[in-house]
Amino acid sequence: MLGLNKKDMTLLIVVTILTLSAPFILNPFPTDSAMAQFNAGYPDLMQRFAIFGIFAIGFNLLFGLTGYLSFGHAAFLGVGSYSVVWMYKLLDYNVIWGLPLAIVTSGIFALLIGFVSMRRSGIYFSILTLAFAQMSFNLAYSVLTPITNGETGLQVYNNDPQVLMGANEASSPHLFGLVMNSSAKVGVGAWEFTFNNGYYFCGVIAILVFYLSIRIFRSPFGMMLRAIKSNQTRMAYTGLNPRPYTLAAFVISGMYAGLAGGLLASMDPLAGAERMQWTASGEVVLMTILGGAGTLMGPVLGAGFIKYFENIFSKINDTVLHNWFAFLPDGLEDFVVFLIHPFIGKGWHLTLGILFMLVVTFLPGGLVEGGQRIAAMIKRTKEDEDTPAKTEPAE
Amino acid sequence: MGILEVKDVGKRFGGLQALGDVNLSVAENTVHAIIGPNGAGKSTLLNVLVGKLIPDTGSVMFDGQSVLGRKPYEINQMGISRVFQTPEIFIDLSVLENMMIPCFAKRDGSFRMHAIENMHDEKDIVEKAESMLEDMNMADKREMHAGSMSRGDKRRLEIGMCLAQEPRLLLLDEPTAGMARADTNNTIDLLKQIKDERDITIAIIEHDMHVVFSLAERITVLAQGTPLVEDTPENIKGHPKVREAYLGESA
Repeated sequence: MLGLNKKDMTLLIVVTILTLSAPFILNPFPTDSAMAQFNAGYPDLMQRFAIFGIFAIGFNLLFGLTGYLSFGHAAFLGVGSYSVVWMYKLLDYNVIWGLPLAIVTSGIFALLIGFVSMRRSGIYFSILTLAFAQMSFNLAYSVLTPITNGETGLQVYNNDPQVLMGANEASSPHLFGLVMNSSAKVGVGAWEFTFNNGYYFCGVIAILVFYLSIRIFRSPFGMMLRAIKSNQTRMAYTGLNPRPYTLAAFVISGMYAGLAGGLLASMDPLAGAERMQWTASGEVVLMTILGGAGTLMGPVLGAGFIKYFENIFSKINDTVLHNWFAFLPDGLEDFVVFLIHPFIGKGWHLTLGILFMLVVTFLPGGLVEGGQRIAAMIKRTKEDEDTPAKTEPAE
Repeated sequence: MGILEVKDVGKRFGGLQALGDVNLSVAENTVHAIIGPNGAGKSTLLNVLVGKLIPDTGSVMFDGQSVLGRKPYEINQMGISRVFQTPEIFIDLSVLENMMIPCFAKRDGSFRMHAIENMHDEKDIVEKAESMLEDMNMADKREMHAGSMSRGDKRRLEIGMCLAQEPRLLLLDEPTAGMARADTNNTIDLLKQIKDERDITIAIIEHDMHVVFSLAERITVLAQGTPLVEDTPENIKGHPKVREAYLGESA
C-alpha cells in the first residue's frame, strides 16, 4: 500500500497513531498530582517534538544514508524562519505563503553551501559546513540587519505592508483561518488534555515528510546514498558520479531543515539569528546519533528524547527537590539535594551528556538498537518457554 | 590497432621515473598480462589507464578515444571496468544490492535521480542482477550481507559487478593476491569461463606465474618503468632478458 512493503506500512501506521494521539500519551499524570510536571502534553513542547522530529528526519537523510556529517544545518533552520516571517510582514499571517518559500530558499542555500562543501569529505566537509553556518549566523546577526533585524530578531510590526491582510483576519499565524496557537481543552476526570491546532498542523506535516523519507530510503537513490557511505572507490569505478548524489541528499535535507525552521516561525511569529548558531547544528547531530543514525525511527526518537529533557529536566529546581525528599531527615535531605543539584535545572545538559555517553558506549546503534535488543530478548525468552514444552512428549 | 593503445607514456614522482616511454597495445578479445618485478610500474600504469593518475607525457586511447583527463567514472562509462587487488565491494549492502548498482549504472548513466520509486519495482534491474548472480554461482547468497562473505566470494562478486556493466575491457589488478590455492584456482576457472563466454578483452596485472601462464595469450614484461618484451607466453618463458629481470630473481 502507498508503495510501501508491509513492515514499513506498519511503521507508518504506528507513527501516525502515536502522532495523532500524542496529547493523550504525553499526558499520563493527573493535573494536580506531584508527577504532573513530567507531563509533556502541552502545545509548546508537542510542537517542538514534531518540528525537531522533521529537522532530525531530514538530517538523517544526509548523515544516516551518505555518512556526510554536516555541522551547519541550523543555517537552513534560520533561513526557513526568516522566509516565513517575511511573508507575514509582506502578505499576511497565513502560513501557506511562507512555508513553500521556506523550503525553496533553504533549498537554494543548501545548493550553494553544498556545492562548495561537497568538494571535500570527512572532517573537512564538516568544518566547511560549520564555517558556512557560522558565517550565516554572523551575517544575520550584524551585516544583514535590514533583512534579519539583527540581534532584535525579525518580527511583524504594525506598519508592515501585509497587503493581503483581511479586516477580520487573525493577528497571529494561521492556515486559512485555523489559528495555530488556539487549543481545545478537554477535561476527563483528573486529567486535562490539550488539543492544539499548531501541534496537529506540525504533526500532519511530520507524518507526510516521514512517509517521504521512507520512500527515499527504499528508492534506488537511497540505495546509491548507502553505497556512497559504504565504498566511494567502488562507486566511482562503477561509472557513477558520487557528487550529484551527495549534493542532492544535502539539498533535500536542507529543505527538511528549512521546513522545520518555517514551522518554528509558524508557531511563534519570530525569527532570530540565534536559531542559526552552531549549538543548534550540534543538537540535531546529537538527536540523530542518540536515536540511531541511518534508521527510520531513530532521529524522531532522539529529537523527542532531547526536547523532553530540555523542557522537563530544566524545570526541576531545588524547591521541587526539597519537596520530593521532604521525608528524609533535614541534614540528609540537604545532602541529597546537593548531590542531585548539578544535574537538574540549568544543569540538564550534564544529565543529557551522561545519557549520551552511555548510549553511544553501550548502544552504538542508538535508542533504536536498545529497542531491538529488548525485542530480541523477549523473543528469546518466549522460545525458551516453548522449546521444553515441545520436547516433553518425546520423553 | 588494438582496443587499448598506450603511446610513449611517462610518469615521474619527484625524482623517481615510475613510467618511461611505455608503449602497449592490447588487441580486442584477448587476455593480455602485464608482469614485472616489484616497483616495475605495473600499478602506476593501471592507475593511468583508469584515470586515477594523469601521465606527464604520452597518450592513452581506448577504442579510438583518449582517456586522459577523464574522471574514473567517465572512463568506466566508456567501457573499462576495474577489479582491485583487495576486493572493493559495498560491504554494508546485501549481495543483491551490490549487483543492482552496476546494473543501474549501465542503464541510467553516471547520475539519475529516482528518489520515490521502490527499488524492488525496477523489474529489469532486479532480473538482470539475479541472473548475473546465477552466472557467478552466488544466487543462494543474494540476501547475505556482502561484508560477511569470504575473500573468494567477495572477489567473485566484484568480478560479477564489473561484468554486469558489460565492459569491453576488464582490468584485473592481482586478482589472486593473498588467496589460498583453492580460491586461486576457482578464480582462474572463472576468468577462463568469462573469456570463453563473453566478448571481452581482459588485461591482467599479476605476480603469480601460475595464473599468468594459465590465462594469458600475450604477455608484456615491465621492468623499471619500461616494457622489456612483449610476446606469447611460450616465448616469454624462455626469453633470456625476462629470466634475467624477473624470473631469474624469483626462481
